[in-house]
Amino acid sequence: MTNNPHISVQHLNVQIGNQQILKDISINIPNKKVISIIGPSGCGKTTLLKSFNRLLDDTADVKITGKVLVDGENIYDPKAEVTHIRKKMGLLSQRPYPLPMSIYDNVAYGPRIHGNPKRSELDELVETQLKATGLWNEVKDRLHAPATRLSIGQQQRLCLARGLAVEPEIILGDESTSALDPVSTSIIEDLFINLKEKYTIVLVTHILRQARRVSDYIIFVYMGKIIEFGPTEELLLNPQEELTKEYVKGFIS
Amino acid sequence: MIRRKIEENFFRILMVLATVIVAGSFFLIVGTIFYKGVPFMNLDMITKIPGGGFYIGKEGGVLNAIVGSMYIAGGATVLGLLISVPVAIYINMYLGGKSALANSLRIAFDVLFGIPSIVYGAFGFLIMVYFGIKASLLGGIVAVTLLVIPILVRTLDEVIRTVPHELRDASLSLGATRWEMSKVILRQIRPGIFTAILLSFGRAIGDVASVLFTAGFSDNIPTSLHQPAATLPLAIFFQLGSPVEEVQGRAYASALILTIVVLIITILSSMLSKRFSKNKIQ
Amino acid sequence: MQRFRLLKDKILSKLMLVLTLASVSVVLVVGIGLYYKSIPVLDKLSWWTLLSSSDWKPMKGLFGFFPFIMGTLWVTAIAIIIALPLCLLTSFYITEYAPSRIRKILVPFVNLLSGIPPVIFGVWGVLFIIPLIQNHIAPHFVEFSTGYSVLAGGIVLAVMIFPLIVSIVCEVLNTIPRELKDASLSLGATKWETIKKVSFRKAKPGIIAATVLAISRAFGETIAVLMVCGNNAVSPHSVFDPGYPLPALIANNYGEMLSIPMYESALMFAALLLFIIIFLFNIISRVILARLERRLAI
Repeated sequence: MTNNPHISVQHLNVQIGNQQILKDISINIPNKKVISIIGPSGCGKTTLLKSFNRLLDDTADVKITGKVLVDGENIYDPKAEVTHIRKKMGLLSQRPYPLPMSIYDNVAYGPRIHGNPKRSELDELVETQLKATGLWNEVKDRLHAPATRLSIGQQQRLCLARGLAVEPEIILGDESTSALDPVSTSIIEDLFINLKEKYTIVLVTHILRQARRVSDYIIFVYMGKIIEFGPTEELLLNPQEELTKEYVKGFIS
Repeated sequence: MIRRKIEENFFRILMVLATVIVAGSFFLIVGTIFYKGVPFMNLDMITKIPGGGFYIGKEGGVLNAIVGSMYIAGGATVLGLLISVPVAIYINMYLGGKSALANSLRIAFDVLFGIPSIVYGAFGFLIMVYFGIKASLLGGIVAVTLLVIPILVRTLDEVIRTVPHELRDASLSLGATRWEMSKVILRQIRPGIFTAILLSFGRAIGDVASVLFTAGFSDNIPTSLHQPAATLPLAIFFQLGSPVEEVQGRAYASALILTIVVLIITILSSMLSKRFSKNKIQ
Repeated sequence: MQRFRLLKDKILSKLMLVLTLASVSVVLVVGIGLYYKSIPVLDKLSWWTLLSSSDWKPMKGLFGFFPFIMGTLWVTAIAIIIALPLCLLTSFYITEYAPSRIRKILVPFVNLLSGIPPVIFGVWGVLFIIPLIQNHIAPHFVEFSTGYSVLAGGIVLAVMIFPLIVSIVCEVLNTIPRELKDASLSLGATKWETIKKVSFRKAKPGIIAATVLAISRAFGETIAVLMVCGNNAVSPHSVFDPGYPLPALIANNYGEMLSIPMYESALMFAALLLFIIIFLFNIISRVILARLERRLAI
């Protein structure tokens, strides 16, 4: 489907405790597109997402086999540098988790860790990212107020700006609008559509309407296996597999 | 990047070191006590009272202190229970557990919990002087009871609160009075009550400042409430500085006995509370 | 039958109310009792003199508590300086780095420490810490030291408050949501950077509450400190000097207080001082912890 995929998953198996969460997953994520991962609850969508930035590493009792290649390099190679890999991906969680600091410091957090930017560089960076996520006008007068004072929708946009500030290549979103009201949701969805010009975006969602609105491709996961993968309209309107047909049935009617 | 890695590894080593120091200090202390106390432990030590005066007499053991401590800790725990159980029940059953009044009472008991034993000892002493009680078993029990009540109330309160509301409501809706309901709850939390008893006994037996002014000290085992009583902590305190080696030995042995008793109590109570929470209705 | 049951319930509830109020009022009674007994010495010397003078000559009726206040402060400060960093590092290790096998072994031993009676700490102090200071530490710094010093008191106190600080800080750290730490890690931060910049900040109120509580515990500790501090009624000027904290003063002199006029009153005043300070510290830390709990429960 794609030449030169951004992420290439090869025979990934994830076992937590006694449960096999992901079973022999192989998939290629195309470059600079929005891909949605859909499927019923508990099927392993979030685990798959978290395996991309090695956030599973600290889970108790976890066993991971297989390869995940990003830009051709296996991120699970024992010699790979974890923080470097994570820098390439920005993660947006289900609920916004602003760091316990000011709005400015939230966005500046990543850049400060990875380098020693001058104050003027940081100012510029913060402004750019806040503008990119549509927050600038709302917060420019209170950049040093605690981030927790923002509304939930604003917080989630802040988290997105924070993630973009480290100049990732890939954005991962784990049901990132499920805690938001409809207005904030559509703002974030629009952002995703715009951002795909520069970034590859992988989203986990259980809202089929959102998947349809936002994504170029859809992956359907069921019980830890990838059942079907294809362009959005095709998969939703003309699913090939039985299981996929069952799942999208309600939506199509 | 290298600098970040070095920093991480540096602090990681520091953390392990700190943990070893903190956790290891337990072994250091218990080890020292055993090292010094074991050579002096023999049957005589725990079955005889000191001969020739506790400060210079070379013979005998610390039975006076063992029995005295048991009396005082036991008496204080019993007395404390008699007061604390009704209080804990009152706060939870009659004041509706979560009300502002209940919570302010809890804060009051928390404050009492934080008061150092020397204040209780000084206050106990004042009471004794006021009532004309001499330094005696009775005085010691009174002062230690004051010390122990906040511990009991706090532990019992925590335990009662683990009983799910539904259980209480179900019983009340069957027409039981609050008192009858309380009896049911008490039976339910029996292991928790044992834990509270153990905790308070352990605290009572090891405390010095509360008995210092109030219990006196004696070579003999008290036969009445009005006689002074020796206690293990005071036995240690008074005999440690003696020039006579055998007397010092009694101090070390007392320390060993006290440590062993308290360790057993602590281990028992944590085993009990773990078992108790496993049986909790989820 | 019904009437009898209800009556029983009513009577018992009144009884329990009385017991409860009686128990709680102990706080007030203690405070008032101590104050009442302190009046004689307060009449003679002002609060200011009592707190700032260093003249301690009970025979002459001079009671300056300054050296004892300083002794208490020195010992407590040393204890906190030693204990706080060690306990923070330990708590971070236990909650963030230790594999669960090790954690299960470590935690019980820290808790067992909290059950050991103070007098045992005192014995350990005399047997281990004093010689350590006298023979191995002090010679590097001063001409001569018996080892009985505020340093010894501080070290012993520090070990006594280890379990208190570790248990509260660990509890607070465990309430930090996993996702918050994940957010920091996802930005490419290392575990340690996450602890430094995120966990530590989030846990600060809890750490402060734990410290305040530990200070109030340290202030009131009598016997362990008494056994190793030297008990010299002079303000300490270095960590190797002996000190005479307030609780030790009260404990050491109760025997003589009845024979010298106003001595009893002075000691009761010392007890009152302790009572007030600890009372305040306790309330402050409980308030901080309660506010934390409320904020997290939302």
